[in-house]
Amino acid sequence: MNEIAPARIKTTYREAVRAAIRDALTADPKAFLMGEDVGHYGGCYAVSKGLLAEFGPERIRDTPLSESAFVGAGIGAALNGMRPIVEVMTVNFSLLALDQILNNAATLLHMSGGQFNVPLVIRMATGAGRQLAAQHSHSLEGWYAHIPGLKVLAPATIEDARGMLLGALKDPNPVLIFEHVMLYNMEGEIAADAGAVETGKAAIRRPGRDVTLITYGGSLAKAMAAAETLAKERIEAEVIDLRTLRPLDTATIIGSVARTRRAVVVDEGWKTGSLAAEVTATIMEQAFWELDAPVARVCSAEVPIPYPRHLEQAALPQPESIAAAARATLGR
Amino acid sequence: MTDPAIKPHLTREHVAELLRQMVRIRRFEEKCVELYQREKIRGFLHVYIGEEAIAVGIMQALAPADTVIATYREHGHAIARGVPMTTLMAEMYGKQEGCSRGRGGSMHVFDAKTRFYGGNAIVGGGLPLAVGTALADAMQKRPSVTACFFGEGAAAEGEFHESMNLAALWKLPVLFVCENNLYAMGTALALSESETDIHHKAESYRMPAEVVDGMDVVAVEAAARKAVVAIRAGAGPHFVECRTYRFRGHSMFDSELYRDKAEVERWKPHGPIERFGAWLRQNDILHEAAFQAIETEVAAEVEAAVAFAEAGTWEPVADLTKHVTLEPES
Ligand SMILES: Cc1ncc(C[n+]2csc(CCOP(=O)(O)OP(=O)(O)O)c2C)c(N)n1
Repeated sequence: MNEIAPARIKTTYREAVRAAIRDALTADPKAFLMGEDVGHYGGCYAVSKGLLAEFGPERIRDTPLSESAFVGAGIGAALNGMRPIVEVMTVNFSLLALDQILNNAATLLHMSGGQFNVPLVIRMATGAGRQLAAQHSHSLEGWYAHIPGLKVLAPATIEDARGMLLGALKDPNPVLIFEHVMLYNMEGEIAADAGAVETGKAAIRRPGRDVTLITYGGSLAKAMAAAETLAKERIEAEVIDLRTLRPLDTATIIGSVARTRRAVVVDEGWKTGSLAAEVTATIMEQAFWELDAPVARVCSAEVPIPYPRHLEQAALPQPESIAAAARATLGR
Repeated sequence: MTDPAIKPHLTREHVAELLRQMVRIRRFEEKCVELYQREKIRGFLHVYIGEEAIAVGIMQALAPADTVIATYREHGHAIARGVPMTTLMAEMYGKQEGCSRGRGGSMHVFDAKTRFYGGNAIVGGGLPLAVGTALADAMQKRPSVTACFFGEGAAAEGEFHESMNLAALWKLPVLFVCENNLYAMGTALALSESETDIHHKAESYRMPAEVVDGMDVVAVEAAARKAVVAIRAGAGPHFVECRTYRFRGHSMFDSELYRDKAEVERWKPHGPIERFGAWLRQNDILHEAAFQAIETEVAAEVEAAVAFAEAGTWEPVADLTKHVTLEPES
């Protein structure tokens, strides 16, 4: 019997996020987007291009350069019945709003004894790779994943770019979505009717039996490339895309490591105090007796990201360094 | 008799120098745009084309011991302050001969010799620093001033307001220079400020503030000289709002959806070089040969800067984690 293949469309990561915002604003009159240059400029990374004409300035709301105020205003609006999607241009500038995110968004529910929840989504670009130098290349999603009261998502695929925002909008809690700057131009095909995806679960992007590569966001493609290289050496690497950085899907991590007995954690954050450290410690706590080798980490070098391309690339995780770390766990 | 420090002295030498400095910035940056297209320069590149009168005018009032703090749109300030074009261009390339060893690039020009403290790519990030450098001068009883440049977009940041208050409260020697080019990326001033006269914000902190035509290099110099004399005399911080216009996109990625091409064209004849040049010609102050001489000399300087950058070397990868912390002196 012939089944009709579901229609698929060509798109990009950028367009997928835009389509998700469009869906969100169409489905819920209380939803709106606000942030710096989301309207007239068309979005710093062109994500919201065209949406101002479609939805008008009330719902595609340009803000002044006031990160603390407009993130705080997003929290207030969420408390009082609206469904804001706040875009902070990049994680680098979210530092000016850190107080609002940590001291208000993450704590209000608890401080109020469960009375006041903050149904807010904050999207921001993250990561290095475009030679933007030290102040514009941070990967601080691991910091945010440290904070109870927040959910932290990192879409690494076009499906997740399309679906995670819609998933996040169903959550009654503050959800942070980190979009890696190197992913916006990524092209691919998705189902024409793609929509919300489940959050909270990691995904096995490539099955394998010899070693588990655990990563997320902008490093997923690098881990996949490393797995490809390793396959040629007859090392079968399993690749886990964490997808949700808080809360971590430890069941998927531990299940995989219990099978492969080896793990390499790949994270663009600096190694010291990183999300990779958290994943590693979790494996130690829950799968120590399953391991055949120490868990390895491939993270960014302990240096602010330098401008020249060769130094920037040397500072970041690369397919070669990931493959080398994986081989080392196998004593090769 | 007025203090010679207070008024610009419009000798032929001085006007030629003002023009020359603006042309140096303009031609350097036009070359940078070309080099960006040839992928010699990467990352973000924000040019100052159209705004040159501000950096050039303000620098006339500063002494070598003064401090300068600027933004990511700072090539003009660096050049006007005396950072050599050679090491500046090498920095644009990311070569280790660059003024920041290539680590910073276009947005992070630093140069200790000329007391040029960046090159800050966080909007508003330089203002608190300026309060601090001025505090250090004041506490050490030095007669120095910190000149701090920022766009009007920064006026929306908390750091702007906190810095205004602190500088005024402690009567610190800061010259705040707001470069009001009407747009913060794609957001027009009227869409981002309830009070679009930025200098009023400074006045609300009881800081002397004035507006000048930022397209008029002599007017900027005059305002700067007056303010710097007062600051050195202990009058506390001053604020100058320079009205200007950015002729190019915000950065090399800008498709300029937010403004009309016609608007940009209307501004162009009012550019600082265009206007000053026309005035010098009309009043027969500089001869055509003098204009030509400046262009020829500057073209050679830009070429030499490119050659210097091309000949520069890449810092070895083995040095990657250098310059992160210093060892304490024993
Ligand atoms: C805190 C912060 N938020 C956002 C940005 C992104 N950004 C860089 S420049 C800019 C516009 C700044 O405009 P303005 O201060 O007027 O200076 P101009 O670029 O016009 O010289 C924006 C939004 C940033 N660098 N820092």
